[in-house]
Amino acid sequence: MAIRVRQPGLLTTVQDAGRFGYYDIGMPPSGAMDLFSYRVGNYLVGNPDGAAGLEITYMGPELEFTGDAVLAVTGAEMPPKINGEEAPTWEALRVREGDVLSFDYLRSGARAYLAVAGGIEVPEFMDSRSTYTLIGLGGHEGRALQEGDELRVGEPANGSGRVGRRLDERHIPAYADEVELRVIIGLCSYRLTEESLEEFLTVEWTVTPDADRIGYRYRGGELRFVEREQPPGAGSDPANVVDLGYPVGSIQVPGGVEPIVLLNDAVTGGGYATIGTVISVDRDVLAQTKTNDRTRFRSVTLEEALQARRERRELLAAIKEELA
Amino acid sequence: MRGDMQTELPQARYSYGGDEYVFVELAEGMSLKVNFRAMAITNRLREENIEGITDICPSNASYMVRIDPDVLHPDELIGRLREIDAEVGDVAGVELRTRVVDVPVMMEDPWTHETLMRFRDRHQDPNSTDLEYSARINGFESKEAFIEALLGSPWIVTMIGFVPGLPWCYQLVPPEEQVEVPKYVRPRTYTPERAFGFGGGFAVIYSVEGAGGYQLFGRAPAPVLDVKQRLKDFRESIVFPRPGDIFNFRRIDREEYDRIEAEVEAGTFEYRIREFTFHPDRSLEDPHAYNEEILGVLYGD
Repeated sequence: MAIRVRQPGLLTTVQDAGRFGYYDIGMPPSGAMDLFSYRVGNYLVGNPDGAAGLEITYMGPELEFTGDAVLAVTGAEMPPKINGEEAPTWEALRVREGDVLSFDYLRSGARAYLAVAGGIEVPEFMDSRSTYTLIGLGGHEGRALQEGDELRVGEPANGSGRVGRRLDERHIPAYADEVELRVIIGLCSYRLTEESLEEFLTVEWTVTPDADRIGYRYRGGELRFVEREQPPGAGSDPANVVDLGYPVGSIQVPGGVEPIVLLNDAVTGGGYATIGTVISVDRDVLAQTKTNDRTRFRSVTLEEALQARRERRELLAAIKEELA
Repeated sequence: MRGDMQTELPQARYSYGGDEYVFVELAEGMSLKVNFRAMAITNRLREENIEGITDICPSNASYMVRIDPDVLHPDELIGRLREIDAEVGDVAGVELRTRVVDVPVMMEDPWTHETLMRFRDRHQDPNSTDLEYSARINGFESKEAFIEALLGSPWIVTMIGFVPGLPWCYQLVPPEEQVEVPKYVRPRTYTPERAFGFGGGFAVIYSVEGAGGYQLFGRAPAPVLDVKQRLKDFRESIVFPRPGDIFNFRRIDREEYDRIEAEVEAGTFEYRIREFTFHPDRSLEDPHAYNEEILGVLYGD
């Protein structure tokens, strides 16, 4: 069974949970930006954890199935249509040979996920099927899907027994155009003045058009760095530090304006002062925001971040059990 | 001696990078000593194979560890890192098993020259080349004298990243001889693959084409990233450089550049590599004498 790409959409890529263990050679993890939606998709169609699906950004593709399949669309509200008939999201659906899956326009959120029973069977590259377009590796030929591509689908674990399974209403996230992201302040935050750190946490920031899998850039305030004589090796700009590693989710402020949150396909290190990191659970929230959406950053402790992580893990376990 | 050296470095800053990373800044300023410490600490951490660690990333004057906090609590890791830090101390007696590598570079090549001329409006000094500017602000009489200093002593790979395979290199010379240049005022939108650049205190080879802000001095004919793994030196990894590698940037002319490029094309190119056990304390004590020995190992046979 395969999926034929009749229209690729704006940016549709093969992603799984990500590529880990290679950050030290400069390889970012890639992988689904909204892991909650990606994971629930796999639960709905009965895939093992880590099966690859499609990440669909802003505008959906048109896909033809060459055989019977079970699929689910999760994440952004971008209603799927099968042969032109609207179908529900967050529900396991059946398609037959020759059926065409397309999408209505985006209502809320930014990224939808398509899970297909059996998973997208592109070759693994460095232990993952995630697409990393910068060096053209992983996913389908290392790039976003194009018209005419054909994606092989693996053998489903347990056939079509899951059609009709749906995620309980109370677990379905609502995507707002105003969000709050929790951050742990730290890293090189000592480089910002106290007032600027305060301003960072109180200003309502707006997502600029520079918002993609590499990072999200925001506008709304102006931050100042503590004056110092730049240390050896750092370079002359006050935003510069001796080049260091950037955690995924870390925030930097080149030039004092336009904070950038680095995401799944970002550079792994560089010479800009990092001031904090968006906690892992809230990166799912970030991934569903888009240009002109408004964002506040709220400082939390490590314990609060770990608590949020625990709750997310328990929620996913409960959902998996409900859908099993 | 040992006590004296330890007090030279400030207290390390331990910090959480969200819930999944621990970031440790050993010092705000770059020095060989601080990098040797970062390497020694991360090497030891790697040997311990602690469950819950997914990535260990040494960087120039800092390092970062990615963990699964469900398995390993960040505070537990920090506790262990503080112990390792104390054990490593001033790196006296620490050995790094590494490689010395001959890395050919053509200075003032036509490709980076074309690029730097195109982006002159983003540079501190639109009226000179990156090399002329860098030589001048570092107090060199001529461009040639500056090139001689850059290519006269070997470099150590202190960090890999930004993009896959890009090595940051710091020269094995005393602090007063370290060259330092600013990055472009506004980054370029294009840099040729394999450009030999310089920013802050670091030399790099751009592993892929793309944006960049480092001063452009030349170009290497051989890759540092080979995603198809065609070349022998890339059989184990798509990335050639490893932290702790010692690179000797050797100046080549256009003829040799073309010859090496043809070898790369044909899949026959191999870097000249010698295994080497590097003693950081010897390098700190008398870098130039130790460099002679290192180059002897590389070119001696």
